[in-house]
Amino acid sequence: MSLRFLQNYPHALEVIYDVFERALQPFSRWLKPGSILEPLVVWTERTGKGPVFDCQMCGQCILHSTGMTCSMTCPKNIRNGPCGGVRTNGNCEVKPETRCVWVEAYERSLEMPRYGPEILQIQPPVNRQLEGTASWINMLHGFDADMPDGWVNTTEIPVIPPEKDQITRASWTPNSKQAAA
Amino acid sequence: MDTELKAGGRLERVLRSGRFAVTAELNPPDSADAEDVYRAALVLSTVCDGINAVDASGAHCHMSSVAICALLTRAGYEPIYQIACRDRNRIAIQGDLLGAAAMGVRNVLCITGDDVTVGDQPEAKRVFDFDSIQLLRTARMMRDEGMFLSGRKLSTRPRLLLGAAANPFAPPLDWRPMRLAKKIAAGADFIQTQYCFDVPRLSEYMDQVRDLGLLDQVYFLVGVGPLRSEKAAEYMRSKVPGVVIPDEIVERLRKTPKKLQREEGKRICVEIIQQVRELEGVDGVHVMAYRHEHLVAEIIEEAGLFPRPRRHGASDPASRARPKQRSVPSKD
Repeated sequence: MSLRFLQNYPHALEVIYDVFERALQPFSRWLKPGSILEPLVVWTERTGKGPVFDCQMCGQCILHSTGMTCSMTCPKNIRNGPCGGVRTNGNCEVKPETRCVWVEAYERSLEMPRYGPEILQIQPPVNRQLEGTASWINMLHGFDADMPDGWVNTTEIPVIPPEKDQITRASWTPNSKQAAA
Repeated sequence: MDTELKAGGRLERVLRSGRFAVTAELNPPDSADAEDVYRAALVLSTVCDGINAVDASGAHCHMSSVAICALLTRAGYEPIYQIACRDRNRIAIQGDLLGAAAMGVRNVLCITGDDVTVGDQPEAKRVFDFDSIQLLRTARMMRDEGMFLSGRKLSTRPRLLLGAAANPFAPPLDWRPMRLAKKIAAGADFIQTQYCFDVPRLSEYMDQVRDLGLLDQVYFLVGVGPLRSEKAAEYMRSKVPGVVIPDEIVERLRKTPKKLQREEGKRICVEIIQQVRELEGVDGVHVMAYRHEHLVAEIIEEAGLFPRPRRHGASDPASRARPKQRSVPSKD
């Protein structure tokens, strides 16, 4: 059963994410890679996130940073989208009948006061070793934040210059909906 | 921007000098003959400051971009090495960046690449290990920090001017400037855009980019190209991903008699170049003419962008000297 319609309530989802993340913390002692509970967590994550987000089990979930829309469902797996091939109606270049994942991610992130602006972050390359593992366990132990040494040690340049932060927030209005419609 | 040159290539010098830059796309041959590359490059080299070697654009296989770059640098041309994430993983890409720099390539254009389903071999495996922004940042880390993604040190850093693509015409329109900001933060030094047929939209985009304070952080080259006919325009807007052609342009071609449509398409392109030249923050144009290199020369001349700045200490491309084959001494 598809529960994709739930994605149209991004603010509710980000609140659930927030609560869920905190609720998991006390269990970090038992939820470890290789523990008896791991297969159960993988199964729960797959059956829980699959019908709602079409979860691809990349093991390093960034749903809250991409408008509660799974960027791994983009045919090109783009973590920093959208690409330049988006059709004028906002649909995907590869699958003309479906909406571009990143158009949806952007629109939904506008409705997410808490995590919405995280869409401005540059996402590191995917760690392919984590594919198929439970992102909840990886999150609890920080494996998903474990980046290659080069990436960590590179000087960070802010995406938007700090003095222009006001302008960014001001232009943060959902008028792209008309443009995409 | 700091005063030291990042790569020291011809394109960077032209951009740095403030002259209106011109780059053009070389259509890669479906052959194993170097002459085919040189023939196309000869036409382009006199009218532009950098030649883009495309990496299987539209997911159609041609001679590889790194090989074209090798041929071009050997003959003293200035290539822009296009590198797409579609066909190679991070290990191959980082190795290619070092190899290209070693051969004298001074510019790369980092792109995600068209999907395999657009091409004639849709059954191929997609790689997409990186996306364009991750690739840009990795290339910047190799150049500025002198290390691979893993943190392993490089003994010599690749001197590269890093380029990125932008499409101001595809939705979501108000997110596009923000994506450009991401690319600049990831390391883009110059931008080449998708085909521009809608100057008012480009102008609006440039205003948004200026409001974000990004104009002086990047060199901006606007993509342009001639439409050969009304049919070609209809094909491009419906079949080529990311190309947006306003109805007025197609209408203008339709009103032109069939025989004169080619000429009219060229005139439209020249007009667009002249219009974008007036926009604040536009540092050059990138001319794309699929399989029509000679048209590029005509367009650049008619747009008043000829002659181009001379190359430093380089011989005339027509009388280029081929490197001598070094004979390998045999051991026995």
